[in-house]
Amino acid sequence: MLKVEETYAPVEFSAALVSKFDEIVSRYPQGKQKSALLPILHLVQAEFGWVSVPAMDKVAEYLDLKDIEVYEVATFYSMYFLRPQGKYMLEVCRTGPCCLVGAEKIMDHIEEKLGVKEGEVTADGIFSWRGVECLAACGYGPVLQIGPEYTFYENLTNESVDKLIADLRTKAK
Amino acid sequence: MARKLLLEHIKVEGINTFDVYRKKGGYASVEKALKTMTPDAVVDEVKKSGLRGRGGAGFPTGMKWSFLAKPEGVARYLVCNADESEPGTFKDRYLMNYIPHLLIEGMIVSSFALGAKTSYIYVRGEMMPQIRILEKAIAEAKNAGFLGKNILGSGYDLELYVQPGAGAYICGEETALLESLEGKRGNPRIKPPFPAIAGLWGCPTVVNNVESIAAVVPIINEGGEEYAKIGVGRSTGTKLISAGGNVKNPGVYEIDLGLPVEEFLYSDEFCGGIANGKRLKAVVAGGSSVPILPANLFLKTINNEPRLMSYESLADGGFVSGTMLGSGGFIAFDEDQCIVRNTWNFTRFYHHESCGQCSPCREGTGWMEKVLHRMEYGHGKLSDLDLLVDVSKKIEGNTICPLGDAAAWPVASAIRHFRDEFEWHVTNASEAVTRNYGLAHYADPLQKLETAG
Repeated sequence: MLKVEETYAPVEFSAALVSKFDEIVSRYPQGKQKSALLPILHLVQAEFGWVSVPAMDKVAEYLDLKDIEVYEVATFYSMYFLRPQGKYMLEVCRTGPCCLVGAEKIMDHIEEKLGVKEGEVTADGIFSWRGVECLAACGYGPVLQIGPEYTFYENLTNESVDKLIADLRTKAK
Repeated sequence: MARKLLLEHIKVEGINTFDVYRKKGGYASVEKALKTMTPDAVVDEVKKSGLRGRGGAGFPTGMKWSFLAKPEGVARYLVCNADESEPGTFKDRYLMNYIPHLLIEGMIVSSFALGAKTSYIYVRGEMMPQIRILEKAIAEAKNAGFLGKNILGSGYDLELYVQPGAGAYICGEETALLESLEGKRGNPRIKPPFPAIAGLWGCPTVVNNVESIAAVVPIINEGGEEYAKIGVGRSTGTKLISAGGNVKNPGVYEIDLGLPVEEFLYSDEFCGGIANGKRLKAVVAGGSSVPILPANLFLKTINNEPRLMSYESLADGGFVSGTMLGSGGFIAFDEDQCIVRNTWNFTRFYHHESCGQCSPCREGTGWMEKVLHRMEYGHGKLSDLDLLVDVSKKIEGNTICPLGDAAAWPVASAIRHFRDEFEWHVTNASEAVTRNYGLAHYADPLQKLETAG
């Protein structure tokens, strides 16, 4: 297991990233730029892998919000990571319908295969995993998703999970 | 075989692109509405169709539209609720994934009817692939002159944007969704005022489910009266049902409302029966929030009449012996499934998803989860059953939004119909961690009702 700590290192937003922010803000009426907060936090997470306090402060500054307005949103929604994760976070649906078709066994298998508990990061920094609530793919369960693209993997079996992990490990190197 | 109004072309190669969709008759409803109809005439057709909200509540869409306030000089908004998160439901993902232009076409016609110049599709954040699909489709439609300024020379302008959520079931509740779209936590608002009066940024707003908006397309193409001919009674038209759990053929099916549940469950055209030759133990017919029913009460009403896939028939018997069509999230449980474990699982879900605003829901869902957890893991007491019912009753009706009810109903109904299984879990605790209670009598024929006189 890799010990990860949240850091308070300052972050910089690239010009390319800020131009994406600008485009999002243009979708709302004048003065309603706060609406851009959720999509912008997704972009920040895609860029940095998680949402740090300095990053949130910078978003607040960009959107002309109080810092707390960003913190309360980032802590409310479950998709935002408030600490660093493995490069690939395997999010397995753990809700009823997926459990009827074996999601719990898949999570056990992932835990064993990766050798880390839910929420931990593997020693090589490549993987984390966690159970998440219903992903609205109940007919294709068990399912998992991997951000920031949120690619979907359906009808999981131990074998398909093994292959996925092997492929990602190769890709990460 | 029934006609498909929404999914007719879903298997057509390239139907996700504008050109193919257009060749198959797509965007005809936009031409018809914008060139030959007034906005009020579109609203009238939707009223005549009898369309009811497909997100779960079943409120008549045309009526919801007619409540929209129209003060001079104030913007109005249409927001599509694509925050599909109800366990068991995955129809909107399917529709957006394979035939995104159907939703966009519906959004244009509906926005025109409501006089909205800017509309948003709020999609749950986990559906990033579908968000990308919709954004591409919107760009194509705009390129072809179906969005933007002066659409088809009609003088009507519309901009359409996709907004991602970020993982919160509560944002499927329409006022929580609006809060989220405003960049805030998804805390539902106290009503009134309803969104039709004060919604997005305080402006009059209509929030409709993906499937409701898609259904506007065939309603305008064929007329509301034609649409209303499909179905039974006040359940008009077709409905997308997401079939999951232990059915043989899981997937999304478009059915005529009024289809017998037995046919839906056992016919090869639909679910094809229970997987692996097992028997049916229980069904959640409309997403995890609706009452669970044992097999016998699901297939027949308490009066021994065959049940139909309609709002009224599924609700027959009220909460004593009936359930709800809800969002059409159909979950079948086979004989090997444990009702206690499933109830615990659902309760954990609601506890996790409670926004925390109202104490009965915030605290109550946590207590129910804890009590069910100890029951599932062999430490339950018989008095826990009454405790659970008591907690569920104290949540129900005592919260700002329906999440509290949605958390209470599955627990109350599971205990009502499967009480013996819960008791067995308590009295045979060590056995209950190694094996399940099984099918028991839940699939036995119903007793004929003794009626006086």
